[in-house]
Amino acid sequence: MKKETWKELTIGTINLNAGNSVQNHTGNWRSGKRPEFIEEHCIHCFFCWLYCPHFAVVIDGDKVKGFNYDYCTGCGLCAEECPTKEKSIVMVKEDVQLAEGGEE
Amino acid sequence: MSVLKTLNGNQTIAEAVRQIDPDVMAAYPITPSTAIVETIAQFKADGLISGEFVCPESEHSAMSVCIGAASAGGRVMTATASQGLALMWEMLYIAAGLRLPIVAAIANRALSAPISIHGDHSDTMGARDAGWIQIYSENCQEAYDNFIQAFRIGENLDVRTPVMVGLDGFIISHSMEVVKTEDDAAVKKFVGEYQSVYPLLDTSKTFTVGPIDFTDYYFEHKRNQMEGIENAPKVILDVGKEFGQTFGREYGFFEEYRMDDAEICIVVMSSAAGTCKDAVDELRDGGINIGLLKPRIFRPFPHHEIAEALRGKKAVAVLDRSASPGAFGAPLFTEVRSALYDLEERPKIVNYVFGLGGRDIQVDHFKDVAKKLVKIAETGKVEEIYGYINLRE
Repeated sequence: MKKETWKELTIGTINLNAGNSVQNHTGNWRSGKRPEFIEEHCIHCFFCWLYCPHFAVVIDGDKVKGFNYDYCTGCGLCAEECPTKEKSIVMVKEDVQLAEGGEE
Repeated sequence: MSVLKTLNGNQTIAEAVRQIDPDVMAAYPITPSTAIVETIAQFKADGLISGEFVCPESEHSAMSVCIGAASAGGRVMTATASQGLALMWEMLYIAAGLRLPIVAAIANRALSAPISIHGDHSDTMGARDAGWIQIYSENCQEAYDNFIQAFRIGENLDVRTPVMVGLDGFIISHSMEVVKTEDDAAVKKFVGEYQSVYPLLDTSKTFTVGPIDFTDYYFEHKRNQMEGIENAPKVILDVGKEFGQTFGREYGFFEEYRMDDAEICIVVMSSAAGTCKDAVDELRDGGINIGLLKPRIFRPFPHHEIAEALRGKKAVAVLDRSASPGAFGAPLFTEVRSALYDLEERPKIVNYVFGLGGRDIQVDHFKDVAKKLVKIAETGKVEEIYGYINLRE
């Protein structure tokens, strides 16, 4: 994505493209671990969906479906908050790699 | 029709506010600017103004209200001084960064410690890098005139930058003078209707104000911000000229008093410049070719024009009503000295700090400075570059 020069920016830090943070794939911050969904243990309480700071828990109606790894930063809050006796979310190791859209 | 009124500095600001009637006024009272806020509150209670008057719990909140109201699309003003301006500090940068043309009247006062309610420029000089335009006033008339012009300057589409107008605490804020006030309709016409370019209350457009920048955008946004204040000089001159055509009192970056054939010169801002004019007259009667340069605009600093005005002078004394501990001279001095650097032949230059915490400066003090300048001009030598006026040594 081409970045604007200072002359091309709208003045006063105004961003006319409201909602464009969806283009910022926070998943590329993830390093070392990611959550994994174990559907058979899930009671669909939505705690993970509620606590996720990046809206990376995917739901469909009243069911939890898993994760959108483009935005999951691997913070582990979902696994921490998961209340089931046998956890429905566990953090697993993953190789460090940039998610799609990651650039600097 | 112009009317002569007996007003003090605070009342002249309140009078201008009544005439302009901004959409939102938010302020927390602090000496010596309290009477501005009180008078506006009275105007509101008497139904003389239609704008919203907000009394928040602190100056930090007052500037926050101003930022919110200006983002919503309103014409906004506030007034404060000293610790109040200091408490606004982080919000000042946000107002400038968001390019909101808020106008603030500052009754210049010393900063604690020790606590002092009296006048000096420590408060606004502390905010000189906040990104605001700064205008300083010599007397009540200038405070009135500058405050009216501030809206036109700040709201100009090429500028869109907040403006603070300084009036010396007590010396101007509380001193009665005969002030020529202009007709309400004429002031309203001069200031004009305010049209916000991106008002948040316009729900037909969706946009975000002030989101986070990472390392890839912050620098560009700050450079974009600087363009506003860098566009200000032309607008300041245009507005000053139009003010002169409309009301008969023209304004520029600074005032030159008996400078044409002056060999030595004193540079001083605000109320002290009035006293200095008397000293210049008396010294001239005694055969000393001295002049006064009184900066009005401190931000953006008119470096080129000031260098031209001081070109060819033999010796210059810059008098600062604030100090910058540990710096090479006080704020006005460092600017003036830096401005002179590109001249092939630079005047000798010295710096005196005066008037901290409201300490008086009188005609004889300026005469003492003139004596030192005469000696520097004769010998071409500066013995002490930095000193103090009317301080018990």
